Amino acid sequence: MSFYESLTRLEQLPFESIWKEATAADVQRALAKDWLTEMDLLVLLSPAAGPYLEAMAQKAQRLTRAHFGHAMQLFTPMYLADFCVNHCTYCSFSSIYDFPRSKLTLEEVRREAAAIAATGLRHILILTGESRRDNPVAYVKACVEVLREYFSSVSIEINPLSAPEYKELLEAGVDGLTLYQEVYHQATYRELHVKGPKRNYRNRLDAPERGCQAGFRSVNIGALLGMYDWRQEAFLTAMDARYLQDKYPDCEISLSPPRFRPYLGDFSPESDVTDRALVQIILAYRLFLPRSGITLSTREPAALRDHLLHLGITKMSAGVSTEVGGHTSGGGTPQFEISDSRTVSEITEMLYAQGLQPVFKDWDMLGLERV
Amino acid sequence: MQDPLVIGNTSLSSRLFIGTGKYSRNTLIPEVVARSGSQVITVALRRVDPGADEENIVSHIPDHMTLLPNTSGARTAEEAVRIARLARAGGLGNWVKIEVINDQKYLLPDNLETIKATEILAAEGFVVLPYMSPDLSAALRLRDAGAAAVMPLGSPIGSNRGLRTKELLRILIEEVKLPIIVDAGIGRPSEAAEAMEMGAAAVLLNTAIATARDPLGMAEAFREAVSAGRKAYLAGLGPVEEAAVASSPLTGFLGN
Ligand code: SF4
Repeated sequence: MSFYESLTRLEQLPFESIWKEATAADVQRALAKDWLTEMDLLVLLSPAAGPYLEAMAQKAQRLTRAHFGHAMQLFTPMYLADFCVNHCTYCSFSSIYDFPRSKLTLEEVRREAAAIAATGLRHILILTGESRRDNPVAYVKACVEVLREYFSSVSIEINPLSAPEYKELLEAGVDGLTLYQEVYHQATYRELHVKGPKRNYRNRLDAPERGCQAGFRSVNIGALLGMYDWRQEAFLTAMDARYLQDKYPDCEISLSPPRFRPYLGDFSPESDVTDRALVQIILAYRLFLPRSGITLSTREPAALRDHLLHLGITKMSAGVSTEVGGHTSGGGTPQFEISDSRTVSEITEMLYAQGLQPVFKDWDMLGLERV
Repeated sequence: MQDPLVIGNTSLSSRLFIGTGKYSRNTLIPEVVARSGSQVITVALRRVDPGADEENIVSHIPDHMTLLPNTSGARTAEEAVRIARLARAGGLGNWVKIEVINDQKYLLPDNLETIKATEILAAEGFVVLPYMSPDLSAALRLRDAGAAAVMPLGSPIGSNRGLRTKELLRILIEEVKLPIIVDAGIGRPSEAAEAMEMGAAAVLLNTAIATARDPLGMAEAFREAVSAGRKAYLAGLGPVEEAAVASSPLTGFLGN
């Protein structure tokens, strides 16, 4: 049993008529509940919920403050390598683009780590393009061994691995896994992932679960919003998160709502996810999964981020570069364009001004010798 | 009137324990401490970063406070034990609040793992205060394992739902010969007062103060509520009768 079986059932739902038939009364009922069902989630994502965004926001904020207080966990991504064997139509690292690829040496990893740690951050997310040949597990592991001298939590966002491989990285000190399905809608998934192992939908879909089984402390999933109907994608993402949360209650399941961003190529997505839509998605996530982390990336512009912070967000990136080595040398090809380029100290100041407390450290790697 | 709460070798005059986790800024902590009158403050070791100056939570805690490091984030007894040892090695004292949670949905504690961790740490000389679901046999086992107090939940963490477990708390207060510190769920001063009236030894709370519009005002309100509840308990509440007691009894004519 994996989420795939549920997905097969959920995909058969008559989405069109559900969206059309949902009423204001349905939204009010969902809003009054403590624990929401699948149908409530559909209702909160429906057009009928549009006029209720404020009421949803009030409740989302109450829940977030009760569970997380005023804390906002900060982290930053570090790009280790931009080699990739896939062709995804929406990404600059795609193998069809011809630019000088690079991969940090351990010495460069150390330099990047020192530069990031100097900003006060203690949580890091390491990323690579997807290429087992160029950035194999052994390489990631070697990098983690360097990084754990500088950070109290290291998460990975790399190609899907097998459960024993995840276990190996866990033992090396990785405690979090981020893996986006990108697109839940299967036909669209096949269209957008033209070439490479990433075409294997099932392998990707089941990877977060393998991470839970391996014992990661946190697993973060998401759909790249804009690639298919956002209501349906958000619904399936949240259902995937609840599936994992129910089955692996000791793992902290978080969600990210990334929107499509400009990149090297000229693909533009099918469905436009407006700011209002993004807000509705975040609020529905929070009401459906009151205790889950919700991560906000620098894909969103600063002004919008500052507002979204009060709607259920619990983690955000700061001081971001999406290039390999971007924290020290720069000059690489960014994976996509970021919108909020504020430094860690600027984000810190902004959070305080908004009545929120930046949290730089929210975990300690246990049982690993810290140098 | 002297009415100290004694835990381990420490005598406390305040029965309000507070948290550090949810404030909008750590610089509020000294003022909350002052206004609440609290002497015990819990801090999650996972948040402690001795390397950071301004952002190091511990540097904001006044020296006179007894630190109660907690094992938040632990999913097993083994992890809780490791966190407790790290806290002691890191100079945070030898008190520890055991928090073992492997349910991210409701954040309910795992009593079995908590008992295991308590046994190990009490034997190592820690003053152990376990956070638990209010279950009598688990509380007795915690007592036998060497806990210095037990901390049953009033309702789930952060829920502000008050004393939903009241009947079970009452049983613990009556049966477990250890201080019972009601932890989690208290959202209002009246609920803190109620716990104290029932005979709880103390209450621990965080969300209710940290997320109030005016945390300092709320800290003071809780100080007074806890103290009022304690006084009422000591004074002995009048018996509560289900029905009105007639002032001229119906069977009075029978004489003796
Ligand atoms: S999205 Fe990932 S797998 Fe696809 S091209 Fe970009 S780096 Fe490669």
